[in-house]
Amino acid sequence: MVLVYTEAHNGQFKKAALEAVTYGNKTAQVMGTKCVALVIGEATNPAELGKYGAAEVMTVNSGNLAHFDSQTYGHAISAVAQQAGAKVVILPHSSTGKSLAGRVAVKLNAGCVSGANAIHTMDGGVFKVKKNVFSGKAVAEYQLNSDIKVLTLSGNSLKAEDGGADATVTAMDLEVPASRVTILGVDKQQGDLAPLPEAELVVSAGRGMKGPENWGIIEDLAKVIGATTACSRPVADTGWRPHHEHVGQTGVAIKPNLYIAAGISGAIQHLAGVNSSKCIVVINKDPEAPFFKAADYGVCADLFDVVPKLTEAIKKAKA
Amino acid sequence: MKLLVCISKTPETTAKIAFKDGNTTFDENGVQYIMNPYDEWYALVRAVELKEAHGGTVTVINVGPASNDVVIRKALAIGADDAIRVDADPNSSMFVAKQIAEQAKDYDLILLGKETIDYNGSEVGAMVAEYLDLPYVSYGTNLDIADGKATITRDIEGGAESSQIALPLVVSAAKGMAEQKIPNMRGIMIAKRKPLNVVAPVAAEDLAVVASYTVPEGRTSCKMIDPDNMDELVRLLQEEAKVL
Ligand SMILES: Cc1cc2nc3c(=O)[nH]c(=O)nc-3n(C[C@H](O)[C@H](O)[C@H](O)COP(=O)(O)OP(=O)(O)OC[C@H]3O[C@@H](n4cnc5c(N)ncnc54)[C@H](O)[C@@H]3O)c2cc1C
Ligand SMILES: Nc1ncnc2c1ncn2[C@@H]1O[C@H](COP(=O)(O)O)[C@@H](O)[C@H]1O
Repeated sequence: MVLVYTEAHNGQFKKAALEAVTYGNKTAQVMGTKCVALVIGEATNPAELGKYGAAEVMTVNSGNLAHFDSQTYGHAISAVAQQAGAKVVILPHSSTGKSLAGRVAVKLNAGCVSGANAIHTMDGGVFKVKKNVFSGKAVAEYQLNSDIKVLTLSGNSLKAEDGGADATVTAMDLEVPASRVTILGVDKQQGDLAPLPEAELVVSAGRGMKGPENWGIIEDLAKVIGATTACSRPVADTGWRPHHEHVGQTGVAIKPNLYIAAGISGAIQHLAGVNSSKCIVVINKDPEAPFFKAADYGVCADLFDVVPKLTEAIKKAKA
Repeated sequence: MKLLVCISKTPETTAKIAFKDGNTTFDENGVQYIMNPYDEWYALVRAVELKEAHGGTVTVINVGPASNDVVIRKALAIGADDAIRVDADPNSSMFVAKQIAEQAKDYDLILLGKETIDYNGSEVGAMVAEYLDLPYVSYGTNLDIADGKATITRDIEGGAESSQIALPLVVSAAKGMAEQKIPNMRGIMIAKRKPLNVVAPVAAEDLAVVASYTVPEGRTSCKMIDPDNMDELVRLLQEEAKVL
């Protein structure tokens, strides 16, 4: 069977979790087996994962899993995988999933591919799965030679599909060792917006903004479409915007449906983190800006003029 | 305090990406390599700072061929005291992690980059921690040591989390943990005399390897929109691209 670890936030499943269950179900279909979802800690309605393709839901609750620690969570996920005889373990490609994948792979002696972006194929009996490499400049197809496989699923790789029925939920009884990590505090800087790696719409700006005091027009645009904001590296480096907004080769890599970039030149290291976006709109006053070559739609003009106009046009279209 | 920093190499960020042998092998012809930025700018620089503040030694380790010695010498020039190179081709993350774990048994702190910028695995750190049965904190943006304990801030989606853990420990470094440092002439001269120990690999399997590569088609052409007609852009985003 295929085991999918699903992350919940305040009791609600994250979008990435629903995508992972859909992906897990499709993976299970190729293998002629079923998909089981695993929930650690509190979730309001674990049964709803059935709608997205889980044949069963297993839950694990333990005081020792009260906060995330790759060691205790890795132990729990591997133990469930072993007990249930999982052949593929799927994790989200989030900070949590990426901290776990290597642990679970070692415990299960499994081949590991992080950031998978398509359903695997069985080519002559060989399990193969693809991911983006070299900043989206190539796709690598990995061959996994182990009995068990561990994958993390890159966000926005497929759409979560609901339609099935609720699944039965079974609470698992597991011994979990105590965590050696003491959490001192969590600082949520971003409020309710979708975090960048999950965002479907992103509005981003660069050095062309001249200064942090001008970001209001970017925030207004983001707000009318419900987008998450991002920025180029020098903008984060000079402290105009918080570090977690920095996208690119050395920042967050994203692949939203829509990426709007204003006042960003389109340096190769910036493109590296964004060129997997489905649709790119570039606003730049320099007709020679390299970003136009990587864009679907371009507006060559002063961003201080165009961005508010675009915001108004969207408001009008939505009214 | 004994610190170990895992360093890898990656093609320079503007390198041309091409493949050979029927798209099964990365074509290294003309490609310049650099130290993976997360390893160099953050993990290594912070390790050197911690050594300067608390005493101890910084060892760097790389799993790779002799041609990686250039990158290793740079790490020594930045301030590492000595280096280990496990003489083997790093074909899978598990193989690399097993080699590192084999050499890492009596260090207080093992630092890695959060990921390599070519394959973005983000796998090796958790694997090393699991082999050594140590705690692992990923994406550290701030790391301090006092009284045998590490205090770490790490990036999580949409925020930051801080925690405290007793050493020994494995930590992966993200932007913010330190500031990039350019090695000076003296560092470069001294680095030539620092020990670089080449060791043979232990047996380990490659459970996941790249079988082939494909190069995606780029965007064909950019449609330019009249700046005075943003209604048209909105229409295209809604009706043509279907993203709004
Ligand atoms: C190893 C390495 C890693 C890197 N990693 C990253 C990374 O992860 N992410 C990243 O972003 N960068 C990264 N960089 C930096 C990258 O090379 C560029 O320097 C950076 O992306 C440039 O940022 P920018 O486009 O905001 O600024 P600039 O290059 O200065 O471009 C500003 C743009 O704004 C336009 N502009 C100015 N005023 C206006 C106006 N009024 N209206 C409209 N347009 C205007 C200009 O025409 C120009 O094109 C990296 C560099 C290196 C060496
Ligand atoms: N061949 C290698 N030798 C030593 N350290 C490595 C090697 N490959 C990866 N690492 C370390 O592991 C980190 C994460 O790599 P990865 O899991 O491949 O993204 C890197 O930032 C390095 O610190």
